[in-house]
Amino acid sequence: MLHIVACIKQVPDTKIIKMNPKTNTMDRASAPAILNPYDEHAVEEAVRIRERYGGTVSVLTMGPPPAVKAIKKCIAIGADEGYMISDRKFAGADTLATSYALTKALEKISQIKPVDLVICGKMTIDGDTGQVGPGIARRLDIPPLTSVKKVEEVNKQDGYVIVHRKIEDGHEVIQSSLPCLLSVEKEINEVPYASFPNMLKATRYDPHIWSVDDLEDVDIKQLGLKGSPTIVAKVWAPPKPEGGKVLEGNPAEKVEQLISVLLERKELFEGRGRA
Amino acid sequence: MNLEEYSGVWVFIEEKNGEIAPVSLELLGAGRRLADKRDCKLSGILIGNNISHHAATVFEYGADTIYVYDQPIFNDYRTESYMKALLHCCEKYKPEIILYGATSTGKDLASAVATDLPTGLTADTTELDVEEDTGLLLASRPAFGGNIMATILCKKYRPQMATVRPKVMKALPPEIGRTGTLIREQILLNESDIRTKVLEIVTDTTKKVRIDEADIIVAGGKGLGSAEGFQLVHLLAETLGGAVGASRDVVEAGWIEHHHQVGQTGVTVTPKIYFAIGVSGAIQHLVGMRNSSLIIAINKDPEAAIFEACHYGIVGDAFEIVPLLVEQFKKSMAGEEVKHGGKV
Repeated sequence: MLHIVACIKQVPDTKIIKMNPKTNTMDRASAPAILNPYDEHAVEEAVRIRERYGGTVSVLTMGPPPAVKAIKKCIAIGADEGYMISDRKFAGADTLATSYALTKALEKISQIKPVDLVICGKMTIDGDTGQVGPGIARRLDIPPLTSVKKVEEVNKQDGYVIVHRKIEDGHEVIQSSLPCLLSVEKEINEVPYASFPNMLKATRYDPHIWSVDDLEDVDIKQLGLKGSPTIVAKVWAPPKPEGGKVLEGNPAEKVEQLISVLLERKELFEGRGRA
Repeated sequence: MNLEEYSGVWVFIEEKNGEIAPVSLELLGAGRRLADKRDCKLSGILIGNNISHHAATVFEYGADTIYVYDQPIFNDYRTESYMKALLHCCEKYKPEIILYGATSTGKDLASAVATDLPTGLTADTTELDVEEDTGLLLASRPAFGGNIMATILCKKYRPQMATVRPKVMKALPPEIGRTGTLIREQILLNESDIRTKVLEIVTDTTKKVRIDEADIIVAGGKGLGSAEGFQLVHLLAETLGGAVGASRDVVEAGWIEHHHQVGQTGVTVTPKIYFAIGVSGAIQHLVGMRNSSLIIAINKDPEAAIFEACHYGIVGDAFEIVPLLVEQFKKSMAGEEVKHGGKV
């Protein structure tokens, strides 16, 4: 039976978060913490693969204790088990240190039940890098398959998957040996509303929570801020551009002025504008 | 790690369908500036099958050196094979900085290489600079969902790496006949060492106008209120013969597919005319379109940030302005054709 692990993260909703204009940092209290939207698709895809082939879906996250809520959301989507690593020693991790910590947790999960497939969302909305997934794959020494928009086949018996990987002007059909790691695009699936039994299960569910000491062979120097080669040196609001000319008058007059601007470039509209 | 051992700026040269990706030439332009400031060499690294002839182009666009891995096993891009070539080259020649285009290939490759080296990697950079004396790369990008800019440093590890958004940096004008040193390298790699295989490459021909190639883009934002309201964008795009763009909110709300998204996590565009309708103008959107030649904003909110980033702004209700604009535009074009003796 397949064992699929989806790696997820709880993030502040960056769509509505407010910035503190003095410090240029996020005012975390101004936005709710949500399950990273891309990760919903990762969990949903894991659930769909389980529905097709049977098996178990686990989710894994690294975060502070309130991130349990994000795991519960995954249980509501249909995951079977949730694992969380939570420790101050993980704090301040960049993508390299994050992939290290998650890999250590995945190794422990593998001892409980060998992992066939790891699925990540394309990226997180607070980090916007998409680097953690491939990082985990390299550390586990399994093939990373990024930008996956369709899972065509998962064949555990013969040990391969076939997926569609999105590229700039289309897609590639790729076969990879199992185990491997997929990071998935949003378009891979639509996440339906949670079923009532799953919601109920989620409210009662308690994830497995591990600290650094619960993991094996951990090199403390590779964790958190210490293990992170990159640092944010400064944050700044870009200088505001000058701004353009605001057209005045009633709507018809505004449109008229805009038309004359457009007509200065009328070579762009050759043969356009006919009904 | 002895940082002094590392020198030179490298650009990963991405090749596809027999051509060098435009972003690689842009990065040679950006890389040249960094290398000059550091007084070091700019090199390209090119991996593929039957690709050595591209070296000439890479020199013309500013490189002093090119490292070429030209072997049949590199015919298709695959993370594991390309990564091995790059790691081999890094170990042998120890660059201080490596830049990659933030394309599906560049991001995939850079993430894998960064983990194996290991070193720091800054994603989707939009501004690059280097400290002359220390060689510290200053890679800046919109952060926290595009609400602010952040400068990322990698102080203790080399090489320093960044993926860079396409269409943000400028390629140098090619200097015909400019040449440099070609260094051929190869690695021993068998097909059986590689765990993935490209079965097929499917080019999507259904998209009407590719948004990154369009001269005119009409983009809509959350201000249009609903998927129905967003139809206004399609109407104007169709009238002007443009492509449809969208802000991140709109794509996340499901009004349109992701390949229409303009901005940090979407496509970077530089059309001749860019309409932003009901777009508030978050940094994450602005970095994707601010190099457009003419930006026109229509928004109800006179305080919207987009008015600071546009050339012409109309404060008003899109549902009133756009239909008027469509009607007037059609009339004017018909008039133009009469003036020029064309058929109506």
